[in-house]
Amino acid sequence: MHTRTLAQLAGDLRARRVSATELARHFLARIERCDETLNAFITVTAEQALAQAAAADRRLAKGEATLLTGIPLAHKDIFCTAGVKTSCGSRMLENFVAPYDATVVERLQNAGAVMLGKTNMDEFAMGSSNETSFYGPVRNPWNHALVPGGSSGGSAAAVAARLAPAATGTDTGGSIRQPAALSGITGIKPTYGRVSRYGMIAFASSLDQAGVLTQSAEDAALLLEAMAGFDERDSTSLDEPVPRYSQIVGEPWDDITIGVPESFFDQGLDADNAKALRAALAELEKLGAKLKSIELPNIHLSVPAYYVVAPAEASSNLSRFDGVRFGHRAELATGEDLTTFYMRNRGEGFGAEVKRRILTGTYVLSAGYFDAYYLQAQKVRKLISDDFTRAFREVDFVAGPTTPSPAFGLGQKTSDPIEMYLNDIYTIGANLAGLPAMSMPCGFVRDLPVGLQLVAPPLAEAQLLKVGHHFQQATDWHQRVPAS
Amino acid sequence: MDWEIVIGLEIHSQLATKAKIFSGASTTYGAAPNSQASLVDLGYPGVLPVLNAEAVTMAVKFGLATNCEIARRSVFARKNYFYPDLPKGYQISQYELPIVHGGRVDVVLEDGSTRTVEIVRAHLEEDAGKSLHEDFAGMSGIDLNRAGTGLLEIVSAPDLRSAAEAGAYMRKIHALVRYLEICDGNMQEGSFRCDANVSVRRRGEAKLGTRTELKNLNSFRFVEKAIEIEAARQIELIEGGGRVVQETRLFDPDREETRPMRSKEEANDYRYFPDPDLLPVTIDEQLIARVRASLPELPDQKRERFVRDYALPAYDAGVLTVERPLADYFETVAKATKATPKIAANWVMGELAGALNRDGLGVGAARVSAATLAALLDKITSGTISGKIAKEVFEALWSGEGTVDEIIEKRGLVQISDSASIDKLVAEVIAANAAQVEQFRAGKQQVLGFLVGQVMKASRGKANPQQVNDALRKQLGAA
Repeated sequence: MHTRTLAQLAGDLRARRVSATELARHFLARIERCDETLNAFITVTAEQALAQAAAADRRLAKGEATLLTGIPLAHKDIFCTAGVKTSCGSRMLENFVAPYDATVVERLQNAGAVMLGKTNMDEFAMGSSNETSFYGPVRNPWNHALVPGGSSGGSAAAVAARLAPAATGTDTGGSIRQPAALSGITGIKPTYGRVSRYGMIAFASSLDQAGVLTQSAEDAALLLEAMAGFDERDSTSLDEPVPRYSQIVGEPWDDITIGVPESFFDQGLDADNAKALRAALAELEKLGAKLKSIELPNIHLSVPAYYVVAPAEASSNLSRFDGVRFGHRAELATGEDLTTFYMRNRGEGFGAEVKRRILTGTYVLSAGYFDAYYLQAQKVRKLISDDFTRAFREVDFVAGPTTPSPAFGLGQKTSDPIEMYLNDIYTIGANLAGLPAMSMPCGFVRDLPVGLQLVAPPLAEAQLLKVGHHFQQATDWHQRVPAS
Repeated sequence: MDWEIVIGLEIHSQLATKAKIFSGASTTYGAAPNSQASLVDLGYPGVLPVLNAEAVTMAVKFGLATNCEIARRSVFARKNYFYPDLPKGYQISQYELPIVHGGRVDVVLEDGSTRTVEIVRAHLEEDAGKSLHEDFAGMSGIDLNRAGTGLLEIVSAPDLRSAAEAGAYMRKIHALVRYLEICDGNMQEGSFRCDANVSVRRRGEAKLGTRTELKNLNSFRFVEKAIEIEAARQIELIEGGGRVVQETRLFDPDREETRPMRSKEEANDYRYFPDPDLLPVTIDEQLIARVRASLPELPDQKRERFVRDYALPAYDAGVLTVERPLADYFETVAKATKATPKIAANWVMGELAGALNRDGLGVGAARVSAATLAALLDKITSGTISGKIAKEVFEALWSGEGTVDEIIEKRGLVQISDSASIDKLVAEVIAANAAQVEQFRAGKQQVLGFLVGQVMKASRGKANPQQVNDALRKQLGAA
């Protein structure tokens, strides 16, 4: 049952082949059995899930089922969920029970979804391996000695191990696509503003975007359709109609041209990954796509630009975690002053990577450094965005690797932040340019999944998902499930 | 040594929007602590600001009224600093691209001269909460009701040259924001307050001296007093061989001194950068045209019109137009009464303002309506009562004793104008004051006043004074 896709499960529910309660119990049991090892969940909301499932069954019985009625999902612990601990992977929010639902949570719930729990993540979404979580690292279901990627590592592992049929995630520099690639599943980051950020704890506001981690592009279409759309509570959300993604994915293949930046296949890419990617591109060509070699002349600047812009915004976004109104508050002796109060609350509440980024961000925004770093990075961001705009005059998609290599070992890159940051080298461009991008399984290297990334023009999610769906109709990489 | 004081003001004018500038929470003053703070105001994880369009309209109104440029595109920025009453750890403000810039207002000074003050910029921002350090033994309380209330910060150039000029400028802006109905102007509640940048230089010197910033002055009197004291301190310091340090200072009205704020609160690098949660504010010609069309007559225009249409002295017109309700009151009286506009103005500035002042009321709460005052003035014009009696009637009206006619009737205040009665009263007074009559006839003209007074007294104030005067002269053979 757990290997069935969302689309299949939705059909099963409607045909009453399975009840929402049975489904919820099944996945809760899988979590119970497997998650001690994987550590994909920070909070499991069994009681709530069963109550929601019971309500879904009543609706199903009355024939009132909507798009996702009875479908179990997991939410990344970055989304606020009313009455449920929302930790953001941090000690800072270990005691934080959100008083409201994020728009994403609310919309999926309104569409009938059942929440299984909240998934593990790098602290405040800062990380590429899920090792910065205060709640311990997540293990890659394909090999427990390896990382699942991050920051949406818990969501990726949960879906890869089929502890949940699908999960939400957020992507600031690759945090959906990179773990999707390393865990062998499909992950899409929509256009910036396509999905509301309201209730999603901010890391870098101009880059953050919510999306999904699923077994297939078709499933992603189904979820995105329920999540996307304008939200008056988020000024940066786009006031554009939401296409019927779930229908469009099945429509016939268009004439498409896929641009391939040859620089993506340079020395930085694992040779075996390159081979798998070339094979996948050949498969797409066989399906009728035209391949075209392109250049993104400034893309090599994306990592340094990102590591100025994202920490700058983060340093400000994380200022609210001061222990005054919520979150971690240190024990203070009488007579200790306000500065000590702040230092202790934040010093104890935040982990090392978060502190590193707050310090970096504070530095690049400081008087005397602002122009050289922040403004310069914004100019580079514009250049990268322009590169994509130029490319999309000639091609419909830009394809390439999602990551430089398959999943790496736990602890392998934790001592060298730069080495860790370079893991996002192929994914960051889409965030800087605000473009929709998707990673899907396209082969295996040394028994580990490899992801193919496709980037599309603004608001071309439907086309992106359609290409993904057609590729997945012709291949079975996405159906492979780890042994355990 | 001859010193020149140089002052620039930053006025914080709380916008009279119903809701806060980035959250839907109410802006009502005086509610229980933290009862009017939404999750957005509290800076909860995941929440986002959404700009209140009404605040933008209000800023545009101010800009148009002060001949400012309206920025077609302005940007909100984050001003980052830590303080418990600043929930997000940053204040959303405008930095490089304010919504309004480059305007001016003319301020009429006491000597009648005019000073043009440049408005460098006016930008939108959110207010912080309040820290309550006094009410909790050994602890501080935080009230976030005010957090997120919209402010328009109006920054003047250092164009002001004395405490009195600064006061006049602040009054001018105060009148303006109230005319525009973008701020309630309530200074006790902190809706209208200012910071003053003060420096001194030797007269004739082109270079500005080092300035200090006086924070949070919330009355006209405090602004003037604080500037005087601070300028005197700076002059004394320099003359004593010292140097002014650029710093933020607080004015203590009780001890009549300024003193530096703790350096911790001022030595900040605010790390401004554009707020990625908010889109740039774009303003099109349509909005500007719509706001322009909605602008009320402004104090300057009204003052000029009062001089022109009602032939009022400039001083009277100025006093009457400081507040829109007072001006409206005057105009209603002037239009309804047969008395001259000058008489109407005298009554509004005199009896009415006096009574309001005495009872601590605003014009809106006046106990004598403009229509009633007009009716009262008509009684003077028609000769029914004298001006002096009218004052008595006014007081009776104020105390709610009835209508003008009822009071005149009830108190028997109708003026005695028939010459027979007056002649009789005059004859009695002449008979009873032989000594004074003698003096008058001997050429002591002033005695006439005494005799008039005696007649008025005998008539209990009701005799027509002019007629009494005439009758006296006639009977004394002096006519």
